[in-house]
Amino acid sequence: MNSSSGNGNGGTRGTRADAVLLDRQYVWPGDLTEIPDWVYTDETIYQREVERIFHGPTWNYVALEAEIPNAGDFIRSNVGPTPVVVTRAKDGSINVVENRCSHRAAELCRELSGNANELVCPYHQWTYDLKGSLIGIPFKRGVAGKGGMPRDFNQAAHGLTRLNVTAHRGVVFASYRADMESLADYLGPEVLREFEATFDGRKLKLLGHYRHSLPGNWKLYHENLKDPYHATLLHTFLVTFGLLVAGNRSMMLTDKSGRHGVMASDKSETEVTSDAKKEMRAYKEGMQLREPRFMDFVQEFDSSWSVTMSTIWPNLIVQREMNTLGIRQIVPNGPHEFIMKWTMFGFEGDDAEMTGHRLRQGNLMGPAGFLGLEDNEAMKFVQDGMRRVPGKRHLVKLDPVNEAGTADTLISEAAIRAMYKHWRAEMGL
Amino acid sequence: MASRREARLDALLLRAEIDDFNAAYAAALDEQRLSDWAEMFTEDAFYVVISRENADRGLPVGLIYCDSKKMIYDRAFALEKTTMFAPRYLRHIIGNLQVLGENADGGVRARANYVLTQVLYDRPEAKLHQVGVYYDVFRRVDGLLKLAERRCVYDSLLIDNALCLPV
Repeated sequence: MNSSSGNGNGGTRGTRADAVLLDRQYVWPGDLTEIPDWVYTDETIYQREVERIFHGPTWNYVALEAEIPNAGDFIRSNVGPTPVVVTRAKDGSINVVENRCSHRAAELCRELSGNANELVCPYHQWTYDLKGSLIGIPFKRGVAGKGGMPRDFNQAAHGLTRLNVTAHRGVVFASYRADMESLADYLGPEVLREFEATFDGRKLKLLGHYRHSLPGNWKLYHENLKDPYHATLLHTFLVTFGLLVAGNRSMMLTDKSGRHGVMASDKSETEVTSDAKKEMRAYKEGMQLREPRFMDFVQEFDSSWSVTMSTIWPNLIVQREMNTLGIRQIVPNGPHEFIMKWTMFGFEGDDAEMTGHRLRQGNLMGPAGFLGLEDNEAMKFVQDGMRRVPGKRHLVKLDPVNEAGTADTLISEAAIRAMYKHWRAEMGL
Repeated sequence: MASRREARLDALLLRAEIDDFNAAYAAALDEQRLSDWAEMFTEDAFYVVISRENADRGLPVGLIYCDSKKMIYDRAFALEKTTMFAPRYLRHIIGNLQVLGENADGGVRARANYVLTQVLYDRPEAKLHQVGVYYDVFRRVDGLLKLAERRCVYDSLLIDNALCLPV
């Protein structure tokens, strides 16, 4: 039966004893303007997402090339929840292998990053080269003619599981699928253009990481960045200091498939209308920062936008918040939690002043950022709401003339609807 | 003999003074008196909260990154007036103080371990929110100790959702 029928917003739960089902079916209730809670809270749905999305026909972000510049460099990463190791082999190739020994399943690489000639499992010293081939088994032939591996053991068939790899402008992606389309086709021309506006060919310079857990469903992070409505309402910092207001030139782009998005805005000098001021409770005339230069925008990109936030399905956010640049990698951990790994960068050739500017502007984002911490809190509130008052639906009805797709107003949820159009097709729901 | 004894007394007094400073610093943050907290820095102060992962690798990115008292003040002001987060109590426990020495310009180098606990109103437990080390430089301004530099290097790399208040 339909698990959410009769449990809609404003509906009564009734007194039926079978409200908690042991054998449920998943039926999307109606059109795209309402999203049922089980999309965000159900373990089976989550398992299916891992299978069909993260391990399915997607390019998953895994690393920046700047993190593994030299032969032997490696970092730990993830594809969906699955731990992988990204390596630079002797021949310069980039390789992505599952971080699971083919012998007894040990997650063998424990360092966050490093340099090695080979990957050795500490448990029984099974040894793999940097491409994942199994090159050594201690006591393979036993001792004194006794014990050892079977004669017919096919060592070549027991390397680490290797993933399909592609890289563009220093950004590395992996896929469980061998038959993936090119990254350019995967992104589509419009999202690719924004990607290339940020990764403009200059060599990247690693500035550091943040890592945090977030007690919410992983998709909420995509939705938050496909929801330009919240930007001037939740982020009162921006509004208080007149930095972003409803009325700035902006766009919420989605690609043809609906899975990727780019939230773009321009910090133009806009007169805030008195109407807009009334709607934004946070707007306060004349409040000023003592050190306003940290909000300066140094034009360094071939783009008409000062801010773009690209949501690249399924696990990557590219942050170009003026001059503070970063990657956010989503690592889901069940329906109720994900881990976010941030990799902040600048460019080779940045002078000390530009690096300082990027670091100061970094106060906006990350788990202690003026905006970043608010996003994390808001998403936690959403998950708390669903867990404590369960079995209802979300409303995503803003901008009804635009069913799903690109919007030229901030007051729209069309990009969220576009994402669910895609998600439902991938999930068979 | 007397001068050696005086030097030891001076060292003990300085240590006691820094201890007092850290207790007052913790109290200002625990009581969320953020403007008072901002006043504990010199005008040219450097304050950063940085992961041990970044610090060990020479990577400069910090969770909070302020290279002037003005930025520290803006942080305090923004958190008090604009930032949205669930109400909470934080408690800073500062210990293992070591006074490391004096710089040529008279700045005093010190370090201390810190533990930051966080209580949310709807959960029974005080969670260990952050564990780390302060690497400090103190300077006197009008006779009073101020922080010219506090680098908070945290071990707990994976932050529980958000760091809503300073360390």
